[in-house]
Amino acid sequence: MGLLENKFNDNVIVTSVDAVFNWARQSSLWPMSFGLACCAIEMMCTGASRYDLERFGAGVFRPSPRQADLMIVAGTVTYKMASRLKQLYDLMPEPRWVMAMGSCAIGGGPYYKHGYSVVKGVDLYVPVDIYIPGCPPHPETLLAGLLELQEKVRQDRILRKKVSA
Amino acid sequence: MNQEAKAGEPKPPVINNSMRFRTEEAFPVLKSHFGDAVRSLSDTRPDRHILVRPGFLPEICKFLRDDPDWQCNMLHCVTGLDQAETLAVVYHLFSMPKRHFVVLKTEVLRDSPMVPTLAHIWPSADWLERETFDLFGIVFEGHPDLRRILLPDEWIGHPLRKDYEMPTHEKLRELGL
Amino acid sequence: MTGVGEEAMDVDLKSLGFRVEERRTLASGSDELLINMGPQHPSTHGVLRLLLRTDGEEIQEAVPFMGYLHRCAEKIGENVPYDTYTPYTDRLDYLSSMNNNWAWAMTVEKLAGIEVPQRAEYIRVIVAELNRIASHLVMVGTYGLDLGAFTPFLLTFREREEILDILEEISGGRLCYGYIRIGGVTDDITPTFATKCRAFLRQYVSKLDAINELLSYNRIFIRRTANVGPLSAEKAIACGCTGPILRASGVDWDLRRDEPYSIYDKFDWNVCVGKGEKGQLGDTWDRYMVRVREMYECVKICEQALEGIPEGPFRAKVPRNFKPPAGECYFRAENPRGELAFYVVSDGSKRPVRVKVRGPSFCNLSVVQELSRNMLVSDFVAVVGSFDLVMGEVDR
Repeated sequence: MGLLENKFNDNVIVTSVDAVFNWARQSSLWPMSFGLACCAIEMMCTGASRYDLERFGAGVFRPSPRQADLMIVAGTVTYKMASRLKQLYDLMPEPRWVMAMGSCAIGGGPYYKHGYSVVKGVDLYVPVDIYIPGCPPHPETLLAGLLELQEKVRQDRILRKKVSA
Repeated sequence: MNQEAKAGEPKPPVINNSMRFRTEEAFPVLKSHFGDAVRSLSDTRPDRHILVRPGFLPEICKFLRDDPDWQCNMLHCVTGLDQAETLAVVYHLFSMPKRHFVVLKTEVLRDSPMVPTLAHIWPSADWLERETFDLFGIVFEGHPDLRRILLPDEWIGHPLRKDYEMPTHEKLRELGL
Repeated sequence: MTGVGEEAMDVDLKSLGFRVEERRTLASGSDELLINMGPQHPSTHGVLRLLLRTDGEEIQEAVPFMGYLHRCAEKIGENVPYDTYTPYTDRLDYLSSMNNNWAWAMTVEKLAGIEVPQRAEYIRVIVAELNRIASHLVMVGTYGLDLGAFTPFLLTFREREEILDILEEISGGRLCYGYIRIGGVTDDITPTFATKCRAFLRQYVSKLDAINELLSYNRIFIRRTANVGPLSAEKAIACGCTGPILRASGVDWDLRRDEPYSIYDKFDWNVCVGKGEKGQLGDTWDRYMVRVREMYECVKICEQALEGIPEGPFRAKVPRNFKPPAGECYFRAENPRGELAFYVVSDGSKRPVRVKVRGPSFCNLSVVQELSRNMLVSDFVAVVGSFDLVMGEVDR
């Protein structure tokens, strides 16, 4: 006998489409395992034992972009990698979100001045939703970023599109 | 032990490091075998190097690898250098049975930087030379597969040369990157 | 792609992200396939791209392509002062930042003739060995993950967090520390550091035994790794392989014992060498097991070093506007992945003229192309994983 069994018989829940969809989306953000550099190790730590990204429904790292909602750009993007990043982003199904994790992905970071082959910010190639500062960011910072993203997803409108864009 | 007693100081610093460089001992041996091909021994500190003519480099390396006194069986590192008028390549040869290093250096003109390859002597030279070609534009003659290794194929210029200018984002986008 | 003209094939390849030159490796009229693996692939541990030419399940040739993480470390080295370069060395091999810092610090110390206080040497050994354990733990965990075992990953990362806590306490960083500076270490150890280290080391060996039981001597694991991709000692030396890869091939060589730098000659420990217990000498299992055994030795070194920390200064006096004398210097140190070497040329100013980083993973990776001939694709994943590549160091 389950705990919830026979508890919710004969009930009607009234809600809006937006609320249901956004609730579902925010609680099952599947990230793509897009580890590039040092930040990828912290991303792995976030998914591992102590920090356990799974608590927020975002621990299902998918190797394929077709199954992912969220691209965590964890690390330095170089010009050689950038076209592949764009290609992988285009392969992801809508709705999709991008997190720029670490200062390299935000704006080139320590490689800004002399890094000839480093892209100065991943937002030059793909639109970014959340920026997570740090070099590399602490796993807790990544979790904070994820909670911020969930907040953003919750405010999304599905049936009535926003007027301005 | 590589340490140098500075004049005027009461006690030289103790640096715990047992890397053994036998470049100085190698110089007279190479000079007697190869004559003019071996140009000079540098007086740099703490490590010294032997300057050799690029054309004779493979022969000298083969000698250092096969001679029972030297047995340099590992090419530890290949480094490009930009010395304003000339470009240089520095080779660190290591002998595992004898536990010593020999440092060779060769200089080439900036306009036509051609150095014979060592890929047939040590397989590890293959990628190290490709990297030097990529970042300095030094052409290794006879290399089996001399392509860019770190930068994309479309890249223009050799970034570790001192006169290299940082490309802008727009310029790189035009190249299709 | 049978029955397709060469031009149509070129268009196909281009649309799949290949370059036309790569087609030349395909023998025409055969059943060979080009398979692109990476640069975004879960089992290449970073942004390594491999182009496989396969015949059925068998690999004819695997060509590595790298540079997807080329962060210009050598150019930056020429443009920043000596001590400012320390944080950049963190990011070369980001799994063993302490060891990288240390190698860089020792290179500059050799160049400038700086004597390091004994207390600093002991602290350096302890943090570097702790970081070596942490680095090998990542390898063991992710290698299990590559071969389909998820639990070891969770166990090793839990242990790693304990080490990161200790290192965070003294340095403030979890991954990139910048703790070992030229002349010593940034700050003295905290009063609780030694107690915490001892507590960790005491329980750690039994945890390692559990991982051994779970993964290393697991029958499935042995079947997947033993006799796969054996590397001979001659080839390993000729290709410039160092570190655990070289030792797994039966070469008894470790810089910490054979060319002792710092204070490694004061400790009693063993060099772990592959013996070919489960199959051929130098196979994938040996490469994995050398790392696991090294962790036991790291514990020994750490425990001895903790006993011997002397009182005294933790940093030599290095002037703020540090200018080493003109000269050149080559120095190498034993990193978890092999021999990391720096070549520095100085002209007496506050910035180096040239910094060359000889990354161990770069040379280790060059042997993969040779090893991959006539290997199954699934075995190939096991081989690449056993090399424990960190692309930050390959591409620099």
